[in-house]
Amino acid sequence: MTRAAGEGRPAVEARRVELRKVTRRYDDTVVLDRFDLKLDEGRVTAIMGPNGSGKTTIARLVLGIDAPDDGTVVGIDGRRLAAVFQENRLCDHLSAVNNVRLVLDHDDRAHADHHLRRAGLADEALDRPVRTLSGGQRRRVAIVRALAGDADLVVLDEPFTGIDRGSKAALEAYVRDRLRGRTALLVTHSATEAERFGARVVTLDAKSGQEARE
Amino acid sequence: MTLVAAFWVAVWQIVAWMVGRDFILASPLAVIKRLGELAPTWDFWTTVGLSLGRITLGFALAAVVGSLLAALAATLRVVDVLLSPLISAIRSVPVASFIILVLLWADSGKLATITAFLIVLPVVYGNVSEGIHQRDRKMLEFASVFRIPRRRRILAIDIPAVRPYFAAACRIGVGLAWKSGVAAEVIGVIDGSIGERLYEAKIFLDSASLFAWTIVIVALSMACEAIVLRLVKQLPGGAS
Repeated sequence: MTRAAGEGRPAVEARRVELRKVTRRYDDTVVLDRFDLKLDEGRVTAIMGPNGSGKTTIARLVLGIDAPDDGTVVGIDGRRLAAVFQENRLCDHLSAVNNVRLVLDHDDRAHADHHLRRAGLADEALDRPVRTLSGGQRRRVAIVRALAGDADLVVLDEPFTGIDRGSKAALEAYVRDRLRGRTALLVTHSATEAERFGARVVTLDAKSGQEARE
Repeated sequence: MTLVAAFWVAVWQIVAWMVGRDFILASPLAVIKRLGELAPTWDFWTTVGLSLGRITLGFALAAVVGSLLAALAATLRVVDVLLSPLISAIRSVPVASFIILVLLWADSGKLATITAFLIVLPVVYGNVSEGIHQRDRKMLEFASVFRIPRRRRILAIDIPAVRPYFAAACRIGVGLAWKSGVAAEVIGVIDGSIGERLYEAKIFLDSASLFAWTIVIVALSMACEAIVLRLVKQLPGGAS
């Protein structure tokens, strides 16, 4: 399926997620200019590049919450999507567990508990409204919310922001485990982080992501 | 607060002494005495119950219908286009015009309910519409990406976002419902209502009764506001 410029409707059958000659402008600023990208099925693709090079725009296009001005985004329709956004985007009044249950197909408390614990959330934090949790705890909830379900395309936009160095390794291990076999797009500033995920790295040039190096 | 209230009651008492005519300005003591006479009577409670029921019904209908219409208008552009001028017109029409129109068109027993409904409806519609438009776009994107089912999204994202706007509408709306509802009862001289008691007070130059019933109205309005706001707090996003 494709999402084409200006229409947002499926056009051609395809499974692989691709950005084909995508141009995206915000007002007069060209963020992406005839940009091509293919995501490997069942593998992590990492996008790296300086601020303003269009990393988050690519993430938004892949998630279907932004449409290209020109070009097409292929292969996202019909997929089960999940994301760790740059911001946590949690429901502040809900508990950590209920934020996760909100996105699960089957309202499975034990499943949500299990994953939150695996991601390093303490038992006492599970049932507290997330607005009362620390930044690191909230980030964990956002990560678990994206990974506890069965999404087959996951976008992670700088997922480890706000996670302290001491607990990052364990959380990374959880994320790696949950991404195994899934198609994922990882937006990161860290080459070593991309490496630890065994990701194919795509580096954007400073200007409009015009030339992606792999 | 108590001291402030005591100060103003004292001012009222002094002015009443200075005026020296109970039918123009009853003293606080006379009003309290009148309330003491009214409170134990069956007639007082049936009068309160009747007005309370009718005005509360008008408010409740406006809260529900206004919210549903706002939600519908946010979903269907055509509803928004059709309703906006109508709601603006309702907002601008004087209360007295509504009251007289309702007296012409409907049973006088429904007058207070319909008047309260029509006065509160634009307030609820306007506030809830604003709340819907002010929802966090990032949370709506999240719901869209994860394909959260509509019912879950409404409970987890929409209602918590709109709740403060709805609460503000209720706070204003309860007071408006009582003001307009009692005004309708006075103009329509609705049998057995608080408005009729106010009308009688005017006819018999009984300012003690006028003040006593006014105190009852204010107390009922404040009690209703407290109860409504407590109920609104029970909506998703409000209690925790």
